[in-house]
Amino acid sequence: MTLSGSKRLSGRALHPGRGAGTVLILDQPISFWGGVDHHGVIIDVHHPQCGVSVADRVLVMTSGRGSSSATAVLAELIRAKKAPVAMIFTECDTILVIGALVSAELYQIRMPMIELTAQDYEKIPTAGIVQVEASTETMVGFITW
Amino acid sequence: MTDSRLILTELEQAMLAGDLGPAIAMSMRLVVGVAKANQATRLIEIESAHADGCLYHGIAGLEYTETLVKLGGKVKVRTTTNVSSLDLLHPDLVRADGAFLGNSRRLMDAHLALGCEATWTCAPYQTGHRPGFGAQIAWAESNAIVFANSVLGARTERYGDFLDISAALVGRVPFAGLHTDQGRKASFVMDFSAISRELLDEESAWPAMGALLGDIAGNRVVAMTGLHGDLADGGLTEDRLKSLGATAASSGGVGLFHIIGVTPEAPNLEAVVQANCETMKVTTEQLRASRDRLTTAVGDGLDAVSLGTPHFSLPEFESLAKELKSGEKFADSIDFYVSTSRGVLGRAEEMGYAQILRDAGGRIVTDTCTYVTPVLNPRIKTVMTNSGKWAWYAPGNLGIATILGSVKECVASARAGRLVRNDALWF
Repeated sequence: MTLSGSKRLSGRALHPGRGAGTVLILDQPISFWGGVDHHGVIIDVHHPQCGVSVADRVLVMTSGRGSSSATAVLAELIRAKKAPVAMIFTECDTILVIGALVSAELYQIRMPMIELTAQDYEKIPTAGIVQVEASTETMVGFITW
Repeated sequence: MTDSRLILTELEQAMLAGDLGPAIAMSMRLVVGVAKANQATRLIEIESAHADGCLYHGIAGLEYTETLVKLGGKVKVRTTTNVSSLDLLHPDLVRADGAFLGNSRRLMDAHLALGCEATWTCAPYQTGHRPGFGAQIAWAESNAIVFANSVLGARTERYGDFLDISAALVGRVPFAGLHTDQGRKASFVMDFSAISRELLDEESAWPAMGALLGDIAGNRVVAMTGLHGDLADGGLTEDRLKSLGATAASSGGVGLFHIIGVTPEAPNLEAVVQANCETMKVTTEQLRASRDRLTTAVGDGLDAVSLGTPHFSLPEFESLAKELKSGEKFADSIDFYVSTSRGVLGRAEEMGYAQILRDAGGRIVTDTCTYVTPVLNPRIKTVMTNSGKWAWYAPGNLGIATILGSVKECVASARAGRLVRNDALWF
């Protein structure tokens, strides 16, 4: 995996961890329950990216939506290694943060989550590989590419 | 604590350190993790919880809950349970295999072992769990959250599975977001004064409004004007707001809405809006477009009807029984389901409403819901529903085509064996 490493954005760390993968920017928020199946594929027929897989991607969306069960679905996807490697929001989504916390507690798999300002959100590359690193010691997260 | 912004009391620090047992420590780690993400400076005590984690989604949820049981966990506050994956009163209704049934049951049992009440409903507010105005609570299940915040004026953040039960074990949540006065102010206004009173009196207008609200609001708090209603009218307004909120929490991440002059925190616009709030005037065309997003079927073919998402209330049973009083049965080709709680079913049995429904050919589902677990016959391809939430999720969850209509239209369609819907008011 090669990163040019020359560009970097920083934001607020919501959940600690480190991961790298291909960026997937969602045009609309998604509810993991009822919106993503157990393989990590988007099944919400109302979503413009229905049919796309979120597994192993750096998932970028303004926030989550809908069901409280998204917590359980995300935790299960992380356990089954079908989850995104990192998530980036403009608005902290408590329901998804809980899913990451539960997976870290049970399986020691730490999925980084970062909240960016709306201006920085626009600067995320639309394709290619990025690295995400977040610490809740410093409460800072970095996206590098 | 490493994060200087979050200050824990001595007792809370002891809980986190494990001095009050390992289940409390594990729960506290989750609550503190959420507190940091939500930038809370302290925790607050809660009066009650509603646990959503009893619906089975896989091994992770089962392991989390059973670990709390193994570590000796017990809830500190009143905690009701959301729908499960099983109907314990009508076990033959769920079409599932051994592992799914076994794990679903273990998950339910784990919640009872932690001290939760066996309510198994997404509408605990219909069966006596109604926190008071201003009460701080930890509720999960998106419709229950938006109902508690908006209709009861209680205060919960949009919590997900496992935080609910963990908060119940430690009796605390982060003081942030919808728990705070500032977090409950609307940043956007939707004005419905251009919509005709006749259309607003149509049942399907409310899920259509919900779908539009969720689309526009995302996670924001919205104030709505130009709507009428009275929460003391015996259930009609409450059921409309249940439908609106459930749909808005499906198409969007809505955790709280205000309706000026109707919901308890919103006597007037000034009381609930932030400064410089933008207003959108809603048109009949927009409302119709939102309603039409909840109908994915083409043509007038129909295989089944599903009512009761969120769970059917006693007033809804009463009006359904009135609709069915002629005794005319549903067409043989139509399966007719009503999902409700065991609590409401008990009252509907006493009142005779349940028997009227069964006599017409209807089936009652309890403890679960027809779109979260395999209940429908696999031959069923097109389903009519009065629920915007059901209509939102069923195409993805079940691969089913949906039609949104009122209870009256659902009954007429079930009798005719094909779609019967009056569109006149929508144009």
